[in-house]
Amino acid sequence: MAWRLHLVPEKTNIDFFRWQWITFGGSMMLMVLAFIAWGVMGLNFGIDFKGGTTIRTESTQAVDVGAFRQALEKLPLGDITITEVFDPSFRADQHVAQIRISALDKTESVTPETIEQVEVALKAVDPGITFPSIESVGPKVSGELVWSSVLAVAATSIGIMLYIWLRFEWQMALGGVLALLHDVFITIGIFALFQIKFDLTIVAALLTILGYSINDTVVVFDRLRENLRKYKTMPLRDVMNLSVNETLSRTVMTSLTTLIAVGSMLVFGGDVIRGFSFAIFMGVLLGTYSSVYVAKNIVLMIGLDRSEKPKGGKGNEFAHIDA
Amino acid sequence: MQTPLWKRLLIWAVVAAGLLYAMPNAFYSRVEKHNDATAAIEKAAGAATPAQEADVALWPNWLPSGLVNLGLDLRGGAHLLAEVQVADVYADRIDILWPEARDSLRQARDAVGNVRRLDAPPGELKIKISNPDGMAKAVEIVRGLAQPVTTLTGVGQSSLEVSAEGDTITIQLSAAEKAATDERTMAQSLEIVRRRIDEAGTREPTIQRQGADRILIQVPGIGTAAELKSLIGTTARLTFNPVVGRASNANADPGSPRNVVLPERGRPGSFLIIERTPVVGGEDLVDAQPAFDQNGGPAVNFRFNPAGARAFGDYTANNIGSPFAIVLDNEVVSAPTIQSHIAGGSGIITGNFTVEESTELAVLLRSGALPAKLNFLEERTIGPELGQDSIDAGRVAAIIGMVAVSALMIACYGLFGVFATVALAINMALIFAVLSIIGGTLTLPGIAGIVLTIGMAVDANVLVYERIREELRVQKGPARAIEIGYERAMSAIIDANLTTMITALVLFFMGAGPVRGFAITLAIGIVTSVFTALLVTRQLIEIWYGWRRPKTIVV
Repeated sequence: MAWRLHLVPEKTNIDFFRWQWITFGGSMMLMVLAFIAWGVMGLNFGIDFKGGTTIRTESTQAVDVGAFRQALEKLPLGDITITEVFDPSFRADQHVAQIRISALDKTESVTPETIEQVEVALKAVDPGITFPSIESVGPKVSGELVWSSVLAVAATSIGIMLYIWLRFEWQMALGGVLALLHDVFITIGIFALFQIKFDLTIVAALLTILGYSINDTVVVFDRLRENLRKYKTMPLRDVMNLSVNETLSRTVMTSLTTLIAVGSMLVFGGDVIRGFSFAIFMGVLLGTYSSVYVAKNIVLMIGLDRSEKPKGGKGNEFAHIDA
Repeated sequence: MQTPLWKRLLIWAVVAAGLLYAMPNAFYSRVEKHNDATAAIEKAAGAATPAQEADVALWPNWLPSGLVNLGLDLRGGAHLLAEVQVADVYADRIDILWPEARDSLRQARDAVGNVRRLDAPPGELKIKISNPDGMAKAVEIVRGLAQPVTTLTGVGQSSLEVSAEGDTITIQLSAAEKAATDERTMAQSLEIVRRRIDEAGTREPTIQRQGADRILIQVPGIGTAAELKSLIGTTARLTFNPVVGRASNANADPGSPRNVVLPERGRPGSFLIIERTPVVGGEDLVDAQPAFDQNGGPAVNFRFNPAGARAFGDYTANNIGSPFAIVLDNEVVSAPTIQSHIAGGSGIITGNFTVEESTELAVLLRSGALPAKLNFLEERTIGPELGQDSIDAGRVAAIIGMVAVSALMIACYGLFGVFATVALAINMALIFAVLSIIGGTLTLPGIAGIVLTIGMAVDANVLVYERIREELRVQKGPARAIEIGYERAMSAIIDANLTTMITALVLFFMGAGPVRGFAITLAIGIVTSVFTALLVTRQLIEIWYGWRRPKTIVV
């Protein structure tokens, strides 16, 4: 018998509904808290959504945020945020800062003259400074980007819901999508709580979470569908537990490989993409949790119609494989 | 447990082609030099410099040389999103209408009386007639100037909207005509932006129309967005207008709504009153070259097409001794006096230029005027060093992620884990091969998409292997267990990947720039990972099984 690493014992018999009021209830609580954090603290929108300019500076000298601020305060600019950026991939003498200038009212976007003024002012503080990236977004575009992002999340959710409805049951579609929204909203709540910059790539990350976390849920539902046919008289709750137990080893394994890959991106992938990696990392964690503890609870609450019925016309083209 | 031969051959052919097409990306800078040199030689009709020949020799011609395009965030460059002020064009269209309307109305002087142009907001023409009783006739005449709109949706509609109130007729473009004009303006603007960027000679620019009135411009390698903006943002609208007189300030009374006061270039405080309607416009220009005038000052030589040449010749013949103005973007560049009849349609523009200015002006005139002003909504500059840092960081993250995932797979599934690792490596190669073949663009989020694919690609293997384990537990023979494992895991794999595909599609159609790059790699990753995880691992297992014929297997 060759040695194998078993992350999950070969046969498990965990009652996933036992602590329902803590697990499912806790999830709902977290979701409410996420909304509160979102509502009270608001999101730290990047220029994609708020308009304005970000300038990345790089120098061999240490960043003196105070001196930068002093130099820029004399200029007629909007609110200025200066943050020093740290990353393990930087060289010892590589000092990077990110300067964000919010858009002034009624200006389309920051003019080249303004950017030149900023560059001159900063060069006076640190002659060796360079500007690896300068980005400006006008308020007109940013308003549209907010709207198209909301639309994108909605369109994806509806698309996934329709697909699951077609392939499974409407109760599962609803449960699956609510579990997805749970993952997305808690991730947004975390971004609000820690005031991490929220820009277009984060929306892409949220959409990826939608795609990833439905994976897990679909695998559990697929097993549930199979077991419902096998054990026609077993109570729904028990069939669900059985299905989750049977797929548990796979759920843990896949989450782990994905977390390893995304974790490597989070640590080594550089600071430019850190927020994106972080959002996906959180989403994978939450997605695994929600497919075990949220999605099926909702299905159990609504209940499933288990009476025998012809399943033709439901697009179930793989039915013969499971038989 | 044997797949048909043709299927096996097809699978391995796809893998081999994938490896072959992915290979150039492993030698990126070498192949890029080869491609650049080949393109340059082709452009020069086969004439190659020794340096170019050396570059071509860096990569054999018979190997595929397609590369993954690097997005702006990885290569560095400038990105602009411009909004074309399409409404600007309405005003020009209406202005041109005035002489025609005036002449037609004068022919009906008996009915409508005298006609006079009134001040009106841009895009509207207001004409006052001295005999309000003839209004019906006047409206009819003006309506007669309209033409049918020539678009699919606007067929049968008139190009003008004419209304009358008291003794005043108001003329503006109809909604259908405005829509048609917008389309033309956009097509023209795109063409001119493209020509200007091509004249500057940068590589692989992206110039795309976005939505109704926007242009997305991405130019890798150019210094900053500000430089790009000065190249394409200038309207370069050139006209030749009759001069009426001089003025001392910008707010001087031009004397008539037909005239306008413009500043003179290089002479602060000097203003000219000129007629609004030009004699000839820049659209009749066929060539412009930097040159020097008699005094050795930088100047620009230009030549008109026959129509422009005739109009210019007629005007100069009739107005010897009076000045005319060369107007560029609402500024009088120079206002020489007409010395003689200028036939032949060529001339020279002088006016306190530096050599750089005259060269740029010639480029701008040659590529044509932008029909409308551009407003910049978004601009981004990314330095090439930052892009390189991102590539390096992404590469490190991908390698570490892949090694760690492989180690875990081997620890959990032993030999079957090795098969999954081989499939994963082939999967990476296939992603790069597909990106190279379709000319897809790799962005920083795209790299993240690839790293995410590393984690998710083994999911299909995990599903299959877990299923095989379950089947082995219920005492099935190894061959049967493997077969059932693949079959039963299929529906979950298909469902899981199709739902992710839905997300990728939404991202692709709704996202822009880097996000779209992520959607592309995610979508390609889904397809290739299903291929490698299901078909390739199964081939590997079959080969191994056929070779060893084990009585029992441990997954």
